[in-house]
Amino acid sequence: MEVAKVEHVSRVYKTGDVETAALKDVSISIEAGEFAALVGPSGSGKTTLLQLIGCLDTPSSGRIIIAGQDVSKLNRDQRADTRRAKIGFVFQFFALIPTLTAFENVEMPLLLNGLPAAERSARVQQLLDAVGLKERTNRRPDQLSGGEQQRVAIARALASKPALILAYEPNANLDTENGRQVMEIMQRLNRETGVTFVFATHDPRVIAYASRVITLRDGQVAANGAGAAKV
Amino acid sequence: MLQIIKLAWRDLNRNRRRSFFSALALGMGLSLLLLMAAVIEYEIRSSMDTSIRLQTGHLQIRAASYNENRSSLAWEDLVEGPAAIAVQVAGLPPVSVATPRLFASGIVASGDTSAAARITGVDPVSAANDPYRSGILSGQWLGADDRDGIVIGQPMADKLGLKAGDKPNVLVNTANGDVDSQAFVIRGIYSTRTPGFDNGTIFMSLAKAQAITRAGDHASAIFVLLKDRDQTGAVVAALQTRQFTVLTWDRMNALLSDTEELANSYMILLYLIILAITATVIVNTLVMAVFERTREIGILSALGMRSGRIMAMFFAESAMLALGGIALGLIIGGAMVAYFGSVGYYIGDYGMTGLLFGERIYAVLTLKDAINLSIAALLVTLVASVYPASLAARLEPVEALRGGRQA
Repeated sequence: MEVAKVEHVSRVYKTGDVETAALKDVSISIEAGEFAALVGPSGSGKTTLLQLIGCLDTPSSGRIIIAGQDVSKLNRDQRADTRRAKIGFVFQFFALIPTLTAFENVEMPLLLNGLPAAERSARVQQLLDAVGLKERTNRRPDQLSGGEQQRVAIARALASKPALILAYEPNANLDTENGRQVMEIMQRLNRETGVTFVFATHDPRVIAYASRVITLRDGQVAANGAGAAKV
Repeated sequence: MLQIIKLAWRDLNRNRRRSFFSALALGMGLSLLLLMAAVIEYEIRSSMDTSIRLQTGHLQIRAASYNENRSSLAWEDLVEGPAAIAVQVAGLPPVSVATPRLFASGIVASGDTSAAARITGVDPVSAANDPYRSGILSGQWLGADDRDGIVIGQPMADKLGLKAGDKPNVLVNTANGDVDSQAFVIRGIYSTRTPGFDNGTIFMSLAKAQAITRAGDHASAIFVLLKDRDQTGAVVAALQTRQFTVLTWDRMNALLSDTEELANSYMILLYLIILAITATVIVNTLVMAVFERTREIGILSALGMRSGRIMAMFFAESAMLALGGIALGLIIGGAMVAYFGSVGYYIGDYGMTGLLFGERIYAVLTLKDAINLSIAALLVTLVASVYPASLAARLEPVEALRGGRQA
């Protein structure tokens, strides 16, 4: 079953009279439960593609279907609703709200989805336990290490039980050991919960975990095949 | 909603000093408005009370043809047999005191100097004269049968260099259009602490005033004070005749009422200007907050927070700043009003023609003014925060996550 389907998508940015095509007629399909890597050099279009799949942006042409819903033409609030219900994000810079504790950061998507307090609390505790941060629930981001912050971000991405989690260079700001731990946690959660992960990276150590590798070059799919860690 | 409020509160606490000074700016603006409102409230209220007590009374019964502006002394313009009428009026239960008074224009001259005067003939023993009697600074009030004494105000005494016991000449217009002159003994010098009144009003006995103006047994008006101002309508209804006109305190002080309305109109404009200025400080704080937290707004947006909720978060911050500012404003403004309410501020002779102001400004804050101004401060701040809130809500998530901005 397809979680994300990208059909002939192009994305053109305009700066004054200058047009730059970040993606050119890209078509890919992500199946449920995949642990896929989007790879390519800087400027290849992997971040743009992830933004489009994540409903953070809209394509200039083509169609994007997320969990059976065409999201190409949604307005701002409809895209926000889709993100809230179907998509989780893990960012390179962790992207936690600095004034909230680890618990509250993970709780945020559940609050936005209107989950009752008791269910929220149980879910957050379960997720923080799953990423090994059960003892650090009341710490704020500045009281956590980089690796811990990224684990909080992973727990937050999983909170709403999304169909798809998109990770942007998840290891870029971590040392080797923390990077390895984060990838192993993501891989374990992928196997245990069946949630689909798509991550953009150019780090060979990260690519090694991928069950499929989609290579982009100059805004086009250059290769699309099984990864080293095929599940 | 609770989480939005919590987020807003924590965001404000992130830069406590800036938040405090933003709230303080609003608080200072509000406190000044409270003080202004309190001063105006006191001035209008006290000016009306002063005018009634010293000048107009609650009611005046006059001849139908009497023209106050001309201080007419023609007999047909005056009340005939005023003492008997005053006794009858004083017999009405709501009436505190009723006494005849005769008004004439004249000049007080001493040596080479002179001053215009409003000569008021009064029944020296009437309780209506208590405000003047109790304000005697030197000498004494008029005796019951005083035929050659006058009492003058302190500003006039200072201007003419007179003191109790001196004998200035008083020139008076008479009923037949002539001018009569006579030397009077200054029995006393008074001050009601209302320079606009004290400066030009001199008192003599009604009998002497009637004699010197050749008004016979006539008076300009029956001056009436009521036990309760709210009884005005009932007493007027009881006194209506074709022969006399009954003027009420609000009609006689119409200028004051008009001035109050005009002042209120200007004050509303002034309130809005001051609140708008202080609201810009709040706007500045929130706009800075938007720029500082662009990436966080992007995160919240990525998590699925709708534009409306992002706006609500900034409105919540704005409302908290406003409430903090209002609390500070009420404390600071309350202290200022308390100080001015007890100590006052000396302004001297600042009366306008037809309006009587005391020589000191005091302040009295009404609950209505405090509530209205607080609500106005809250609303103006919320309206002012529409721009930063919509700025935050319009941020594109992709741009916001990069930490840039694209409205």
